[in-house]
Amino acid sequence: MEMTNGNSCPGEDMNLADPRLEVDLGGVRLKNPVIPASGCFGYGYVMSRFYDLDVLGAISFKGTTLHPRFGNPLPRVAECASGMLNSVGLQNPGIDAVLEKELPMMRSSFHGPIIANISGFSLDEYRECCRRIDGAPGVEIIELNVSCPNVHGGGMSFGTSCESVAEVVRAVKEVTSLPLFVKLSPNVTDIVSIARAAEDAGADGLCLINTLLGMRIDLRTRRPIMANGMGGFSGRDIFPVAVRMIWQVSRACSVPVIGCGGVASAEDVLEMMMAGAKAVEVGTANLINPTACRDIIRNLPAAMDRYGIENLKELTSSAQGN
Amino acid sequence: MMQNIYKILENREIASGTMSMRLEGEVDFYRPGQFVNIAVPGFTLRRPISVCDWDDRSFTIVYAVVGDGTERMSRMLPGESLDILAPLGTGFDPDAGAERPVLLGGGVGCPPLYGLARRLLERGVRPTVVLGFNSAEKMMLLDEFRALGLDVYVATLDGSYGTKGFVTDAMRLNGLDPDYFYACGPTPMLRAVCLGLGIPGEVSLEARMGCGFGACVCCSVETVGGSKRICMEGPAFRKEELIWK
Ligand SMILES: Cc1cc2nc3c(=O)[nH]c(=O)nc-3n(C[C@H](O)[C@H](O)[C@H](O)COP(=O)(O)OP(=O)(O)OC[C@H]3O[C@@H](n4cnc5c(N)ncnc54)[C@H](O)[C@@H]3O)c2cc1C
Ligand SMILES: Cc1cc2nc3c(=O)[nH]c(=O)nc-3n(C[C@H](O)[C@H](O)[C@H](O)COP(=O)(O)O)c2cc1C
Ligand code: FES
Repeated sequence: MEMTNGNSCPGEDMNLADPRLEVDLGGVRLKNPVIPASGCFGYGYVMSRFYDLDVLGAISFKGTTLHPRFGNPLPRVAECASGMLNSVGLQNPGIDAVLEKELPMMRSSFHGPIIANISGFSLDEYRECCRRIDGAPGVEIIELNVSCPNVHGGGMSFGTSCESVAEVVRAVKEVTSLPLFVKLSPNVTDIVSIARAAEDAGADGLCLINTLLGMRIDLRTRRPIMANGMGGFSGRDIFPVAVRMIWQVSRACSVPVIGCGGVASAEDVLEMMMAGAKAVEVGTANLINPTACRDIIRNLPAAMDRYGIENLKELTSSAQGN
Repeated sequence: MMQNIYKILENREIASGTMSMRLEGEVDFYRPGQFVNIAVPGFTLRRPISVCDWDDRSFTIVYAVVGDGTERMSRMLPGESLDILAPLGTGFDPDAGAERPVLLGGGVGCPPLYGLARRLLERGVRPTVVLGFNSAEKMMLLDEFRALGLDVYVATLDGSYGTKGFVTDAMRLNGLDPDYFYACGPTPMLRAVCLGLGIPGEVSLEARMGCGFGACVCCSVETVGGSKRICMEGPAFRKEELIWK
């Protein structure tokens, strides 16, 4: 399929390499802080029809498990006022297919740092997945999705107890030397204690937030809209929750934090960084506007000028005072 | 694929609760049965709608007003604009090699078959058309199909026009003997067609979509060849690919 780009000429995106936008994420240099979030960008290449992906700071790929997963029955999406619910259920082709097929395709359309989003339903699964991804070309960070239920722990999500989060982190640290970021679930009573447990167990960074648990009901059928009933709530609606949690966690922890949740504009990126994020993931916005990340990157310099921000490196946590 | 602003040229009711909208802008559909994903002002997710027909600079969609998003669309006026992603998906294959295909449409599944009929005719293939509706007041596109010189049979569930019953009943009662089918309509109809007709064919599936362009896998179906995205590998699938539980 011939792809043209609606609102840019080919050379224009080259201008996006701007030293003011550079950030450091736990030792990994990003040309800017904007990262498509896991599950909203496939394995990258599906989006290269819309723009040159090399403008992006990094890409976090679709949550990958040891074995292929089909995921939940349809429907698995529901619309909300300014967001959405999904119950995809971690559909993915499994780590081996990702290594053999998806990653090479990803690397042909994106040459920057790849964040491997890894999910598991047991400690062994997390460990084995991370062992296999370690050393894969292009993968510079592992992002552990701990929102999955632990099949050996009565189905409770790994991310909802300090002990199980610490266990996963320790298990994975044994098999990989890549920087390990733990992506926290917001569906907990005390996000700070979970974040501290991850840090104490050896996490090199944190990413927050994953989706909030939600549900929609169809008035006509009086049944939940999604076949699975509940699902993950994402999009603009969750932005304030994300900012609050990033603020709390970055005050309490010293490892770098990737912010995520409801980001849809350059201003949102600045706000999240002021709250404590070193870099920012953008999820749902890509599904609504496929060029969302590129548009945000383009708009960053002007937004920075408007708020007197010299460069992004110095912005992190600036709202917290000293 | 392009994200573009399209100008509404026309937006009118063609049957009870059914609108036809013609939009002007860059058009590069290459298969009938492809779809567009429309950002409706005030709504978060885009609305997927099949392309009914297209020419060099405009295309037509036909949509049922079922909820708030399509209701909002129905109130839009010529001259207003819409942000649309197009073309999306893999549509019907007009080069499937059929000699006597039948087009089976159910309700708002009929529109994409019109674009297909035109592409088949361009290839010298003359399809027979069988359309099913709940009742006569919901009927659409009959004149358009007839204007192409095609035989059109109709089934209505309440018997208010044509054969009382389903498209499969109208096929049988009219002694149609196709060698291939193309079908689009409600899932029970597609299931009945796939399981009931002993000829090869293609059906167009529907699902709630997150993105419409392959990024979120919200729309995946299990097929004999593994999981496929309705918005990418579909919406049209060959009968043999599908698993009906
Ligand atoms: C590939 C494809 C092609 C389609 N082609 C046509 C067409 O040519 N003509 C037509 O009338 N309809 C078509 N549909 C169905 C159409 O997308 C829905 O009727 C429409 O999205 C309803 O929006 P709403 O806001 O009025 O309804 P609401 O129920 O308020 O919508 C709420 C949410 O559910 C989604 N949704 C609701 N019903 C459906 C459905 N049946 N399929 C997919 N998503 C749904 C909406 O997109 C929205 O995200 C097609 C669907 C798909 C997937
Ligand atoms: C359709 C969909 C699929 C997702 N899949 C994953 C996943 O596989 N792994 C993961 O860690 N997060 C996943 N997420 C969560 C997002 O990465 C992100 O944390 C969340 O959506 C909040 O950000 P947003 O509001 O910008 O979307 C998914 C989100 C959506 C909408
Ligand atoms: S709707 Fe997102 S992949 Fe099909």
